[in-house]
Amino acid sequence: MPPSHLSHWGLLITGDPLIYGADASIALASIAIVYVLTKYKKWKWLWDEWLTTVDHKKIGIMYLIAAILMLFRAGTDAELMRTQLALPNLHFLGPEHYDQIFTTHGTVMLLFMAMPFIFALMNIAVPLQIGARDVAFPYLNAISFWLFFFAAMLINISFVIGGSPDAGWTSYAPLAGSTFDPGPGENFYLMSLEITGIGSIGTGINFLATILKMRAPGMSLMKMPLFSWSIVATSILILYAFPALTVVLALLLIDRVAGAHFFTITAGGNPMMYINMFWIWGHPEVYILILPAFGVFSEIVSTFSRKTIFGYKSMVFSLLLISLISYFVWAHHFFTMGADASVNSFFAIASMLVGIPTGVKIFNWLFTMFRGRIRMKMPMLWTIAFIPCFTMGGMTGVMLAAAPADYQYHNSYFLIAHFHQVLIGGTLFGMLAAMYYWWPKVFGFLLDERWAKWAFWMFNIGFYVCFEPQYVLGLMGMQRRMYTYPSGLGWTDLNFISTIGAFIMGLGFIFLVWDIIYSIRHGERDLTGDPWDGRTLEWSLPSPAPHYNFAVIPHVTQLDQWWELKQQGRQDELRPKASDIRPIHMPKNSGKPFLFGLAFFVVGVGFVFEWYAVAVIGFLGVGALLLARSFEAHPDYHIPVDEVVHTETALGRL
Amino acid sequence: MATVIEHAHGHPAHEGEHYVPLEYKEKDDSLKVFGFWLFLTQDMVLFACLFATFVVLRTHTGNGPDSESLFDVKGFIEETFILLTSSFTGGISTFYMRKKRAIGTVVWLLITAALGAAFVSLEITEFLHYISIGATMQTSAFLSAFFTLVGTHGAHVSVGIIWMLSIVIQILRRGITPALSRKVFIVNLYWHFLDVVWVFIFTVVYMMGVIH
Amino acid sequence: MKGKQQTRRLLTYAGLGAVATVMLSGCGAQYQVLDPAGPVGQQELNLIVASVVLMLIVIIPVIAILVYVVYRYRDKPGNTAPYDPHFSDSKVLEVIWWGIPILIVAILGTETVRTTFQLTKPPSNATPITVEVTSFDWKWLFQYPDGHVATVNYAYIPVGVPVNFVLTSDAPMNSFWVPRLGGQEYTMPGMAMTLWLQAAQPGVYYGHGANFTGRGFSHTTFYVTALSMDKYQQWIAHVQQSAPALTQTDYRQLSVPSVIGNETFSSYPTGSFENTVLRDGGQYMAESMQMMNKLHPGTGSGSMPSGMTMPTTTTTNKTGHKKHK
Repeated sequence: MPPSHLSHWGLLITGDPLIYGADASIALASIAIVYVLTKYKKWKWLWDEWLTTVDHKKIGIMYLIAAILMLFRAGTDAELMRTQLALPNLHFLGPEHYDQIFTTHGTVMLLFMAMPFIFALMNIAVPLQIGARDVAFPYLNAISFWLFFFAAMLINISFVIGGSPDAGWTSYAPLAGSTFDPGPGENFYLMSLEITGIGSIGTGINFLATILKMRAPGMSLMKMPLFSWSIVATSILILYAFPALTVVLALLLIDRVAGAHFFTITAGGNPMMYINMFWIWGHPEVYILILPAFGVFSEIVSTFSRKTIFGYKSMVFSLLLISLISYFVWAHHFFTMGADASVNSFFAIASMLVGIPTGVKIFNWLFTMFRGRIRMKMPMLWTIAFIPCFTMGGMTGVMLAAAPADYQYHNSYFLIAHFHQVLIGGTLFGMLAAMYYWWPKVFGFLLDERWAKWAFWMFNIGFYVCFEPQYVLGLMGMQRRMYTYPSGLGWTDLNFISTIGAFIMGLGFIFLVWDIIYSIRHGERDLTGDPWDGRTLEWSLPSPAPHYNFAVIPHVTQLDQWWELKQQGRQDELRPKASDIRPIHMPKNSGKPFLFGLAFFVVGVGFVFEWYAVAVIGFLGVGALLLARSFEAHPDYHIPVDEVVHTETALGRL
Repeated sequence: MATVIEHAHGHPAHEGEHYVPLEYKEKDDSLKVFGFWLFLTQDMVLFACLFATFVVLRTHTGNGPDSESLFDVKGFIEETFILLTSSFTGGISTFYMRKKRAIGTVVWLLITAALGAAFVSLEITEFLHYISIGATMQTSAFLSAFFTLVGTHGAHVSVGIIWMLSIVIQILRRGITPALSRKVFIVNLYWHFLDVVWVFIFTVVYMMGVIH
Repeated sequence: MKGKQQTRRLLTYAGLGAVATVMLSGCGAQYQVLDPAGPVGQQELNLIVASVVLMLIVIIPVIAILVYVVYRYRDKPGNTAPYDPHFSDSKVLEVIWWGIPILIVAILGTETVRTTFQLTKPPSNATPITVEVTSFDWKWLFQYPDGHVATVNYAYIPVGVPVNFVLTSDAPMNSFWVPRLGGQEYTMPGMAMTLWLQAAQPGVYYGHGANFTGRGFSHTTFYVTALSMDKYQQWIAHVQQSAPALTQTDYRQLSVPSVIGNETFSSYPTGSFENTVLRDGGQYMAESMQMMNKLHPGTGSGSMPSGMTMPTTTTTNKTGHKKHK
């Protein structure tokens, strides 16, 4: 395709006050960051401690920060949309703008908020829970992070440079093809998802290998904490779902930039194939997002009820069953595509089946609390809020699975309300519960409960005010993705209420951030390493854990090892003894993963604007970095015994 | 052993009396080989998606040629023969690696890479021929799917060639170290995998394309 | 503090209950899905109600148990409730909560499958009429093979007669949805799929595209008017006499992306619907071909009605750009 069409768009988007505002804030934020780093001479610190780190705990922190920033970005999108929809016939946003905003809202929330949040938790908790010193492939772990990071940069700059994608987060072809959607916007979507997707596959490989191969001696799979089990299921899903996304996005990109005919209307292209392949990834992706939350809730319910998890085997089995079924339900995203009644029946029943193991998990959590002693700390509050919210979301999910009924819900606000209820009520509540839960382990201090409660109540009340009316709007016939609607259909009141709810949630987010800022100075310090009277191995370590995690790898004999030892007054068994300490083999820091991400960013820019010379330079960079890594003779080192002894002594553990 | 070094991954060193292949001698080796197997399984899903696409679109020829009129039986039989042979020669390099014989390993790796290069050049010739008669990726959905599936395999083979050459250079510099023996083993795993993928391409794309 | 939290949670539930009541209380034509005006919508509503009732069998106990357990076993000095930190296994309970959901899914699944098959085509004792629907960017074309008339952005149908809407698109996929008559189905380029709907009473029913199609999507509204068979036939006769013809040029004009108002045509180029389906990929879709043959024997297998040729520019353009630029 001739690059001449590029001349139609100036690179910088102009003419819109919102975008000028974004330009200005991006410029100011960048200047501020550079200024602060320079003034306090922090550049070297940034490079040595963060950009080159291969330590899973630090990578986890970087994922966490990125996730919260992206929650802000995509949350702002949501507030803009709800403002536009507050009243009928508003012209606050035009259709072009609205289309871009709902597209980036969905894309960023799912791929650049929820996914990194999950990766943050995996990095923070899994190695510590299973008694490992790092993940299986620390260098690959850093690469995964930097691929995610630069992909997030790529999609975020689209707002001010070149234009954002505007064909929805599902980006169905041929609407997203070059005929109907010329320009770099869709390319931003395709390249950023492609790049972060490669990173995600790396993470899937990494954590599956870590958990299957690196558990502490004695920790058989059935003695493993349920969060780690949920990550096994998640990693398997990532590993065998993301390649489908990689392929489908690559094919659409080839259609767009090379004029091929996979999904075009002409020359034999088949748009339905895009939809199928997208959801072959897309539905397992939904469970990639929810299973880690299930793992989190299992840890929290047990810890804060001071009780063994109810039905451990049942919990493990249901996790695996959900991941298995999740591969056989993708067509429920398009019951209305006119497949045979038998096909729709199959997918309807398969989708309903997911409700069974999910329901079982809910009952197991309830009976974990039963005859326990429930402490209403923040992680537990979010967990308790999750149960009714997610159960209702699950109920509407089963309703949607009834194929003929779905003909009436499909693409309406009923669907919107449903998936926000499971994704917010399930995934986001789970991620926030986990954040409060593991925060002291990562940072060494607790988040203040008072402000956290404000955030909790604002967010919860706001959620119901925002989304319950949307179920009704769906039943009133309101379609998703409308930038405006006429008066007279009776949609006005509920839309207005929904917008109020969205702003209450926004307040909740502000309290959440304020809580973090406040607690950095005033939060209670965690001196014991075990602020919640925890059950699993990570709570036997000081907070934050030393960079090698365990001076001596513990031996495990049972589920909830740390709790059981504490009950018997044997907690000293998990303290290292000087005589057991050996030199510890650790990976060296490396700047290459960062450069690797940067090289992929260059590739991304090259494809987005169809500047192939730039793409080639990027690919050469990727190749050079791969070779340089391969030629590296000693990518690791040993921490001498003295140093370990010194560190442990300073921590008061020897 | 002077000092027992405990590894980040907490695995005891293999010190068994029983035979352990060279590529598994280091503490980390089995973990890395396992990780690579996981990579290969996801790569298999990737190819499965491309195959599915091809199968859906293989009759969608638009105004372009269909597979029967396009494919040259002699050409793809040659490509197949060369690639299958290279898998065998790759296996021989693993054999020499296990015997710690650097020169043998290097020679057979070079032969394997050369066969790979011959395969890729045949494939490029084939593609150029199609393009010269106007059968391009832009002609029809069938050709889009064909070039993408076969081209993705070809790109994998090309990466494999560069990878092998880099290992050859490393062996020439350092001899057969435990880390390098693992790399020889892994690159051969990759190579065999590509062979298996090719067998499917041979069957699904070419054979089913010319037999009606 | 804890008492306050519980009060708030109770208030939340009360609010939700109120919403649910509004949802289920019938509530008039604004709640379109809940107020069906035909047998298809009615059957779908029946399934919706069945699914809500079945799900409540699980939801209500879950929320009740949650409230009870959280209150009874809260960690408060002097709480006399039993504490049993190792109570973590019960075969009986496991059987109950695996069994009940399985039972519910079995019932709902059966009901779903039954409705799915029932709704595939109208009852065999009725003779349906056919309306061919094409979604363009961003408008709807309705063609009536019986009277050979066409309308844009509105449709007339007779009351009490099943209507087979045959759906296709000459633009990115949309979805044809008239909530009060029944559920939607995609309109897809290269496909001709049937959606059966029926109005039980006269009225004007809101319809809208339900699948996002770009900038003009919010304006893909159309209204379906149901009237008695007599009046319907009178309307067709009236249109045949009074409206202009839809020419080939007009037809091409429709595929230029735009938002337009209602239009009425006394005739349309023969085979235009079939040609659109074939040109946009229908030749590769076995189902569409069958549908074509059923509708118009002889057109589907590649034999074009005389006078109709496929515009050559659309299939040979190598860049993938379809016409309208």
